[in-house]
Amino acid sequence: MSELTRSTQGLAAELRALTPARVALGRTGVSLETRDLLDFQRAHAQARDAVLAGLDGAALAAALEKITGGSALRLHSAAADRAVYLQRPDLGRVLDAASRATLAQSKRAAASDLALVVADGLSALAVERHSAALVTELLPRLESWRLAPVTVVEQGRVAIGDEIGAALCAQIAAVLIGERPGLSSPDSLGVYVTWAPKRGRTDAERNCISNIRAAGLSYSQAAAQLELILTAARRWQLTGVALQKPGRLTEEAKL
Amino acid sequence: MTFAHTIGLTRYVFADLRELLAKGTPLRSGDVLAGVAAASAEERVAAQFALADLPLEHFLNETVVPYEDDEVTRLIADTHDAEAFAPIGSLTVGELRNWLLSDDATPERLAALAPGLTPEMVAAVSKLMRVQDLIAAARKIRVVTRFRTTVGLPGRLSTRLQPNHPTDSPLGIAASILDGLMLDSGDAVVGVNLAGDRVETTTRLLHMMDALRRRFAIPMQSCVLAHLTTQMAALAGGAPVDLLFQSIAGTEAANRSFGVNLALLAEAHQAGRALRRGDVCADGRTGANIMYFETGQGSALSANAHHGAGGLAVDQQTLEARAYGVARRFDPMLVNTVVGFIGPEYLYDGKQIVRAGLEDHFCGKLLGLPMGCDVCYTNHAEADQDDMDTLLTLLGVAGVNYIMGVPGADDIMLNYQSTSFHDALYLRRVLDVKPAPEFEAWRSGESFARLMAEARHPERLLTA
Repeated sequence: MSELTRSTQGLAAELRALTPARVALGRTGVSLETRDLLDFQRAHAQARDAVLAGLDGAALAAALEKITGGSALRLHSAAADRAVYLQRPDLGRVLDAASRATLAQSKRAAASDLALVVADGLSALAVERHSAALVTELLPRLESWRLAPVTVVEQGRVAIGDEIGAALCAQIAAVLIGERPGLSSPDSLGVYVTWAPKRGRTDAERNCISNIRAAGLSYSQAAAQLELILTAARRWQLTGVALQKPGRLTEEAKL
Repeated sequence: MTFAHTIGLTRYVFADLRELLAKGTPLRSGDVLAGVAAASAEERVAAQFALADLPLEHFLNETVVPYEDDEVTRLIADTHDAEAFAPIGSLTVGELRNWLLSDDATPERLAALAPGLTPEMVAAVSKLMRVQDLIAAARKIRVVTRFRTTVGLPGRLSTRLQPNHPTDSPLGIAASILDGLMLDSGDAVVGVNLAGDRVETTTRLLHMMDALRRRFAIPMQSCVLAHLTTQMAALAGGAPVDLLFQSIAGTEAANRSFGVNLALLAEAHQAGRALRRGDVCADGRTGANIMYFETGQGSALSANAHHGAGGLAVDQQTLEARAYGVARRFDPMLVNTVVGFIGPEYLYDGKQIVRAGLEDHFCGKLLGLPMGCDVCYTNHAEADQDDMDTLLTLLGVAGVNYIMGVPGADDIMLNYQSTSFHDALYLRRVLDVKPAPEFEAWRSGESFARLMAEARHPERLLTA
């Protein structure tokens, strides 16, 4: 420990109590001390691993089938691998040919109220850790809803739910997706809800819940918020900025 | 007009200036995504040969984004200074590179040339330059601005203290400000980004920072990086607004996606200047630069506002230079390129980020702007701290006006990695450069000692 760190230890504790930022780091010369350097490298390593991790689609689909009691379809975006996915967001927003065929075959006669789409996004880790648990919390809240088969998508971005929701004739698509890892949050899950999903929807037409993880939003909190958005979406027949108008989301909370 | 260059048996033809600039751009993922990148390394260098032979005068006759469609193009064309252009008026793009690197291009001549250059000319010449060229030429150009500190002087390196907090907590923000001030950060600006773009939050934070400044006689300017209209509402409500911030881009459509246009920027500039909050600086001149702009390659593409002549895509580096064409209209205190924030679909890896940062710094300086750089990356980019150290050091050598200072390099609100207070200390030490003169003097004075003493109870600092 450097002299400077020792002399300012009291202040360091004060500052750290006020913010989660990396304040009051010590110095050796003007440089970071070894422990702080390695703490940062560990956080970055975890974030990088989460970005590059492949999704175990089979295991996740099996887990979701168990929870929902229905079938889960495995799909893949048009981005062949991670390197393509990272450089071509457009390809991550549409399905590959094989997945389109899969959806066409499985198309059910009846329309559904909700299509749950689980996509790896930028953190397969987030999806593997949290999506099944969130769906478990959510399902009892949606007893009257007709669910389309759950889909598990590899190399998918948020907008891929538009194509999937449309193919499954679902009124609403809810995409559970791994968010871009931060240094202290490699496994954060987000959910994007889109009314009348179809290709070409914009982000302004979606509502989002984010930061679902151990140190963030809990499964039950997220499920409650999701139920609120889904119910409001069905009532007002829309999602996005328009659903955030005063009264539209809060009114549902009172019902 | 078409352009062509033959290599071996292949004749490469480029349909117009827009295509020539795009194909001549060193490889980056955003241009591939936009479908304008060269199809091969040989095509790229063929475009560079053709570009090198292009007379600079041609840029005054062919636009990459049509004049009638775009107010940024109109601004660039209508404010071009023919007299300043005259000394290089007979050169080609390749000859301009030679001249910039020659001993003939003195700091004084480079400064005089700025209004005679268009962003497209500057982008074009940068495409022919290697990293060392971008550094050697930029290093000769000094752009000095003043508010309460003087930023950009030779032998100086300033920092923007960036004390962001996930819920905009004033106490949390104050803790990061204190940490930074104690590590010699904040002499360019203390600038907070908001999690929630609200007038009340903006006003509260401006008052908090202004009280801190006055209590400890800190030569600093503060800024809350809310949307420009939010800051103007705070200003109209009597908030102590020092610098006015806005993100800008190189097309009218991209600026529209940011919710601004040239008229709004001019209105803000006027309102900010009317407050006359700048101080007399070290050289006796009163600070009057009040705008703070941020830019970044790829922002137009991400807003689907990157189209030019014939409705076809313009490369992201040319559009970035056009954003500087917007910035220079308003004599900004600070401009910085947030180079690696946008993600790997625009700048894929450390190599692309490093080059882009140096291009932006060079282009901005050549156009007469006080360039800083947010040396940064996201976790889905192929980059790490080593890449940031490389760019940081290269920019320091190139004479960058300022860099960011974020606690531990980890922005916990925007979720990306920038440079830390420690990084700035490193750069100042290895390059033997100092903070702004006003800040340096304050640092060794009685007020700083008082701050250090009272900082042991940071919560009391807010109840002044």
